[in-house]
Amino acid sequence: MHNPFAALPAAIPPIAMQIYVVVMFLLVVFGTLIDLAHKGSARYFFKHRQNASFGATRAVGAGEVAGLAAKTIVVTVMAAGEFCGALRRLTHLLTMYGFVLYVVTTAVMVFAYPTAAAPGPAIVPDLWYLGAALVCVGGYWFWFLQRVDVAAEGRSPLQLVRADLFILSLVATTTFALIWARLQATGDQVWANAFLGLYLLANTVLFGSVPWSKFAHMFYKPAAAFQKGIEQANGFRRNLPAPADRPATFGSARRQPNNY
Amino acid sequence: MPTFVYMTSCDGCGYCVDICPSDIMHIDTTYRRAYNIEPNMCWECYSCVKACPQQAIDCRGYADFAPLGHSVRVLREEEKGTVSWRLKFRDGREKNFVSPIRTTPWGSIKGPTDYAPPSAAALASQELAHEPEALKVAALPTLARDRLKKGLV
Repeated sequence: MHNPFAALPAAIPPIAMQIYVVVMFLLVVFGTLIDLAHKGSARYFFKHRQNASFGATRAVGAGEVAGLAAKTIVVTVMAAGEFCGALRRLTHLLTMYGFVLYVVTTAVMVFAYPTAAAPGPAIVPDLWYLGAALVCVGGYWFWFLQRVDVAAEGRSPLQLVRADLFILSLVATTTFALIWARLQATGDQVWANAFLGLYLLANTVLFGSVPWSKFAHMFYKPAAAFQKGIEQANGFRRNLPAPADRPATFGSARRQPNNY
Repeated sequence: MPTFVYMTSCDGCGYCVDICPSDIMHIDTTYRRAYNIEPNMCWECYSCVKACPQQAIDCRGYADFAPLGHSVRVLREEEKGTVSWRLKFRDGREKNFVSPIRTTPWGSIKGPTDYAPPSAAALASQELAHEPEALKVAALPTLARDRLKKGLV
């Protein structure tokens, strides 16, 4: 696979691409901060954390906290362990790892190998294509087949609500990126430029709509999962009962059912 | 008090949407998290509270067993066949209960789709699906005309 950013027309110099990527990064940072301030997520989180500390029945040591942090990273973040459904977990993992691959390889190609003179090692664009394809598989699978309001409530799979802004702009970005890169490789410059425009538009919507979309959930969820682990360890358990003992006998021991 | 959802715990799986008998648990169109669309119509049956795999749904208990300022949380463990309740009163006292919810292990009962579809003759029969073998009896008792009292039919 070729490096699509190195083959861009001379009208778009590398510095313009690099400034665009930096602007997108800053949009994510400021968008997340605006989202935090608007929804009061941080205020709620720390208030809840304080309440949880009042209900603690035992102190959690620094080593245990470090272990919980490592467990959160490995189980909750890297393996999406909080999902109860196997297929939802799979689509989430496909989308997450695809997005990480796509973003990292985009940054590498734009900043390290932006010219045709030095297109860089072939593995980088290969991973870029792979990441974009994984996002498409996981994203379309989720959006068409797994959304609850579609799967469980019988609504049209084409209905659009604000909660779709993140997933749709994400799959639009990677879909247009793949089409643009393919058209560019085949030399169809007119259509390649058209899809480059769509790619940039979808990209700008994805990173520019953070205050209104679900983009920032990827930063909140690990913190919430870590706090949940702390509450399990310190005995607060969000006031939930302790796990029950596995019963030796199901139901009443006096009369076992005979009608199944 | 009707159910409410802790948004940071909900992952939008939709189990509560499926199980709510009033069909008032829906998915929020902004954040794709569950919420109670019509609290007035919630009769606090606790179905969604027990079904939620993330324990993200809560409900204030009835005043007749838990006065204001309390917490009632439920944990359903289907692999153990148990529902555990923990009541915390505002003076700090606690009560814990565990109840069995099944008489057989989870997954041990065949669902309707695990049985062979009924034949045309079975559909015309007065018996329900898989009777009488599913009831583990040879035959169901039937009413014979000559065994009924005269004058009634």
